[in-house]
Amino acid sequence: MKSKLIWLVVCLFAATSSFANEEAVTVGAEKFDAGKTIVDHISDSHDWHIMGEGEHSVSVPLPVIVYNKERGVSMFMSSRFEHGHKTYGGYRIHENHIEAVNEMEETDAHTATVNEELTAATYDVSITKNVLALLVSVVIMLFIFLSVAKSYAKRKGMAPKGMQSLIEVLVVFVRDEIAKPSIGKKYERFMPYLLTVFFFIWINNLLGLIPIMPFGANVTGNIAVTMTLAIITFLITTFSANRHYWRHIFAMPGVPVGVLVLLTPIELLGVILRPFVLMIRLFANITAGHIIALSFFSLIFIFGEMSTGLGFGVSIVSVAFVVFMSVLELLVAFLQAFVFTLLSAIYFGAAVEEHDHDHHGEDAHVEEAAIV
Amino acid sequence: MELIKPQFGLIFWMAISFLVLIFLLAKFAFPIILKSLKEREDSITNALNSAEKAKKEMAALQADNEKLLVQARAERDTMLKEARDTKDAIVAEAKNKAQAEANKILATTRETINTEKNAAITELKNQVAAMSIEIAEKILRQELSNDEKQKALMDNLMKDISLN
Repeated sequence: MKSKLIWLVVCLFAATSSFANEEAVTVGAEKFDAGKTIVDHISDSHDWHIMGEGEHSVSVPLPVIVYNKERGVSMFMSSRFEHGHKTYGGYRIHENHIEAVNEMEETDAHTATVNEELTAATYDVSITKNVLALLVSVVIMLFIFLSVAKSYAKRKGMAPKGMQSLIEVLVVFVRDEIAKPSIGKKYERFMPYLLTVFFFIWINNLLGLIPIMPFGANVTGNIAVTMTLAIITFLITTFSANRHYWRHIFAMPGVPVGVLVLLTPIELLGVILRPFVLMIRLFANITAGHIIALSFFSLIFIFGEMSTGLGFGVSIVSVAFVVFMSVLELLVAFLQAFVFTLLSAIYFGAAVEEHDHDHHGEDAHVEEAAIV
Repeated sequence: MELIKPQFGLIFWMAISFLVLIFLLAKFAFPIILKSLKEREDSITNALNSAEKAKKEMAALQADNEKLLVQARAERDTMLKEARDTKDAIVAEAKNKAQAEANKILATTRETINTEKNAAITELKNQVAAMSIEIAEKILRQELSNDEKQKALMDNLMKDISLN
């Protein structure tokens, strides 16, 4: 098991450094723009960039699916856009954004006229890089958990084995360290969500660290993904909340009416802020990790533009730092999954807590503040 | 600023795939895993508890045995003591009885001896008396064998009477 782990780490680093090399080969004549490169790498896109820049870039086209009332569903590969130079089926891609154009036939994207009204009413549900990575992670999770569940059914009452051992430790961790202390007696009904969200975030964080297709997308560092997760947490909290939870928000017991006028808006704001903070925290942490790694790589090219030798010299330092950061990111990957799950559990706990006039709510706030 | 602008497509797919994921896992994976975990934990707890109980029972049993042993030993001691006492009593009684018998025999013997002795003495007395009478007769006969002697006796006797 240990040797396997070491192998995994070595693979990760080898892949990370090859990531550096591939860019070194293809740096073009145009000036290197670190900011743009980094943002391109951590943003979602309609094709999966493998290597190269500009005209020489190699990427895997992904399916584009767009819908609007006027033209119905259009489905085609993103390679039809020819990296944004062509329109297809009345659409063009501009800065990773699909826009409806007036010309239905294939034409030069740069001269096409954008139909603003239709663009606003167009829904882009393409299988983008992040969606693909997301689906891959879902398949991986289904595979892991269904096989683990199968081994539980098969090896009833026996000691765990293989993958089961790894998952069991984490399941017990989520149950005993997160769910039970934060929620209390009613923890069982929240377990499926807490486990799913924990493993989803953790596995996607880890996959995001592997810089080879179909991994390495910035799924958990994408605000749409973290927003969806935060909204689900918010909805579960809201719908499982009992009388006492609402009373604490709208009419905090033992507080005079005059103060309530001030307190209730603050409490309401808190209710909205909680999922918002969940969303931002995960997004920012994971994106920051990716940005740091990419920044170190960008240093190589910035110095490489000054002189090739300097670039090679800096690359040693950069790779060393990226290796260090990757190890740190392994920790962050787990930590952010833990924090998101823990805070969700604390919110659920506050929502279903039976009223006994203790100050558990305040404790939760304090804990939350400490974690933020 | 594209980074912090959530895209509809991704939210759409994320929501669908995440909900499907939760649904599938909550239906086919987590209940089995959590149930098995709980069952295993329960069985381990039970096993530990019963082991503890068995240990306690064993200790109790051992204590019982110890107690029984002590009791048995005490009983044996009492029995031995009783037997010894009984033996002593029997021996003492036999001794006493023998003594008493001996005494009785002795007493009877002594009595018989006394009786015999008295009888002998009586007989001896009678014989002595008879012999004395015979002797006295013979003497008298000799004394009174001639007239002179008879007369002398008469005188003597007469003298005694006159003296009175």
